[in-house]
Amino acid sequence: MDSQINLLEKQKDLSIPIWRRKSFLQTNHTLLVYILLFGLSILVMMPLGWMLTAALKPAGNMVYTLPPQWFPTEYFHVENFWLVLINKQFPLLRPFLNTLLLIVLNISGVLISNTLIAYGFAHYRFPHRETLFQLVILTMLIPGVVLMIPSFLLFLQLGWYNTYLPLWVPAFFGTPFYIFITRQFMRSIPPEMLDAARIDGAGVLGTYRHIVMPLVKPVLVVMTVFTFQDVWSDFIGPLLYVSDEAKFTLPFALAYFRAQSTHAATQGANSSMHLLMAGTVLITLPPLLLYFTVQKQLIGGIARVGLKG
Amino acid sequence: MRLNKVNQSHSKDSLRRQEAIHGLLLISPWIIGFVIFLVVPILFSIYASFTRWTLISPPPQWIGVKNYIDMFTDRDTWWSLGVTVRYMAMTLVPFLVLALLLALLLNQKVRGMNMFRTIFYLPSIISGVAVAILWAALLNPEIGAINQVLRAIGVAEPPKWLNSSVWALPALALMGLWGIGGSSIIYLSGLQNIPAELYDAATVDGANPFQKFFYITLPMLSSTLFFLFITGIIGAFQVFTPAYILSGTSSLGSSRAIRFYVLHIYLEGFQKGKLGYAAALAWLLVIIAAIAILIIYSRTERLVYYETSGKES
Repeated sequence: MDSQINLLEKQKDLSIPIWRRKSFLQTNHTLLVYILLFGLSILVMMPLGWMLTAALKPAGNMVYTLPPQWFPTEYFHVENFWLVLINKQFPLLRPFLNTLLLIVLNISGVLISNTLIAYGFAHYRFPHRETLFQLVILTMLIPGVVLMIPSFLLFLQLGWYNTYLPLWVPAFFGTPFYIFITRQFMRSIPPEMLDAARIDGAGVLGTYRHIVMPLVKPVLVVMTVFTFQDVWSDFIGPLLYVSDEAKFTLPFALAYFRAQSTHAATQGANSSMHLLMAGTVLITLPPLLLYFTVQKQLIGGIARVGLKG
Repeated sequence: MRLNKVNQSHSKDSLRRQEAIHGLLLISPWIIGFVIFLVVPILFSIYASFTRWTLISPPPQWIGVKNYIDMFTDRDTWWSLGVTVRYMAMTLVPFLVLALLLALLLNQKVRGMNMFRTIFYLPSIISGVAVAILWAALLNPEIGAINQVLRAIGVAEPPKWLNSSVWALPALALMGLWGIGGSSIIYLSGLQNIPAELYDAATVDGANPFQKFFYITLPMLSSTLFFLFITGIIGAFQVFTPAYILSGTSSLGSSRAIRFYVLHIYLEGFQKGKLGYAAALAWLLVIIAAIAILIIYSRTERLVYYETSGKES
C-alpha cells in the first residue's frame, strides 16, 4: 500500500515541471527550515553573546561600543569572574556561598519530605485519604505571590525576620506539586513488592529507604533540578526576609550591586559595568550547566512522571 | 473455630488501624505544613486586612472595612491593575501564537534539531534578575545595543524604552518574548503526542497542510493551549521581579508605567509600611484571579479536547 502510493507519486512527479516536483519542494522546505532556525537562533543568542563580551572586557567605559559587539573577539579578561567574587566594592563570594547553603537545605527538605508524604498517599490506606489528596491538588493551584503578605505576617510574628528560616524551613513540610508528581510515580510500584519487603521484616522506613527510594530516582532528579533553579533565582524571598548585607543571596546581591553601580555612575564614578555583567554571567551559568548535565535524565524523568498532569 | 475467626478479624482490624496510623504519620509533615504555612497565614491576613497595621507600630488596630474602601478609592489601585491588564493584552495571545509557530518549526524533522531546541530553551531557564539586568543594559536609550542597531538601520529616534512612560511596558514584553522558547517546548511535547495516523489519513483524503493544521494539530493541542493560557494569565498577574528591578533606577515617569499590581502591593506594604492595607490589596488579587480563571474554565470546557478523558488513570 505504502509503496504503491510512493510509486504513484513518483510517476506524478516526473510528469510535472521540476520546480513543482515533490523532491524539489522537499529540499526547498528543508532549506527554509534551516534558514529560519539559524536566523532565529542568532537573534536569541545575541543578548547572551553581548553579556559574555561585556563580562570579558577590562575596567573602564568600554562596555557600550559603536557598533555593539555581540560576540567576544577582542578581550578575554577571564579574571573578571574571580574579581566579581572578591572585589572590595561589592564582593559576591559571600552571597554565592549563602545561596549554596540555602540550595542544600532546600533540596534536602524537598527530597525527604515529599517522598515520605507521597509514599503515605500512594501506598497506605487511611481515613479521608482521597479528600486530603484533593486538598493537595487544590493548594497546588495557589499562585505564590498571593501568599507574599500572609506569609510575611506569619514569619514576622514568629520572629523569623532577617533569618534564613522562612527561606528553607517550609521545604521540609512538603510542596504540593512535588507531592503530586511523586505520588503519581510511586503508584506504579506494585504493592506486592512492598508486601514482600514487609514479610521479610522490613519496617515502614526500611521499605521506604531500600525499596521505594531507589525506584523513584527519576522523580528525585526532577525535584532536585527544579528546586535548584527555584532557590538559585529566588528574588522575592530574600527581598522580603533578609536585611543584613552578610545574609544577601546571589540574585538579591546582584540586583543590589546594579542599583549601587548605576547610582555611582550617575555620580561620575568609574563604571563597574564589566563586573556587573561578569556577575550576570556567573548567575546564568550554573542553571545552564545543570540543564546540560542532566538533560537526558530530566527529559526522561519528566516524560515518565507525566508532568502534563 | 469461632474463636479463631474472631481473632482473625481482630488482627485484621488492628492491622488496618496500624496501616492508617503509619499512613497518617507519613503524610503528617504535609498536614502540619498545610496548617502552619497556609491556613494560619491566610486566616491571619484576612484579619490583618481589617486592621491598621504598620511595620513601625506593631499592635494592629481594628478599623473595619476602611482598608477596602481606601483601596477602591485609590487611583493607584486601578492604575496598577490597568498596567497588569495592558501587559496581559500585549503578551498573552501574541506569545501563545508565536510560541506555537516556533514549536511547529522545532518539530520539523531535520538534522541537528536538538541543538536548536536547546538554544531556544536557554533564555527561559535564566534567573529573572539576570534577564532584567541584561536587558536594562541592552535597552539603554542612548548607548544600548538595541538602539544602536535601530539607528544603524535608519530609525532616527528609537524608543527610549525604560526611560519612557509609553515604551517601558513594551520593553518588558520584549524581555518576555526572549523567553518564549519555554512555552514552545511544552507545545512540542503536545505536538509529539499527536498520532501520526491522523496525518496519514488526512493525506490520503487529500488535505493540504493548512487543513491539517486547523483540523488536526490545533484541536489535538487544545489542552496544551488551555494549560499555557491559564499559566499565562497567572504569570501576568504575578509579574514582579523585572518590574521591581527596572523601576528602581529608571526615571519617575516610567516607573509608574511598570507599576504592576504585585509591585503595588509590595510598595504599599513594605515601602510605606502599610501591612494591613497590603493584605487587603492581596485579597483583591486573589478574588480577581479566581474569577478570571473560573470564567475561562466555564467558557472553554467544551472547546478543549482531552486525550485521556474517558479512561481514568
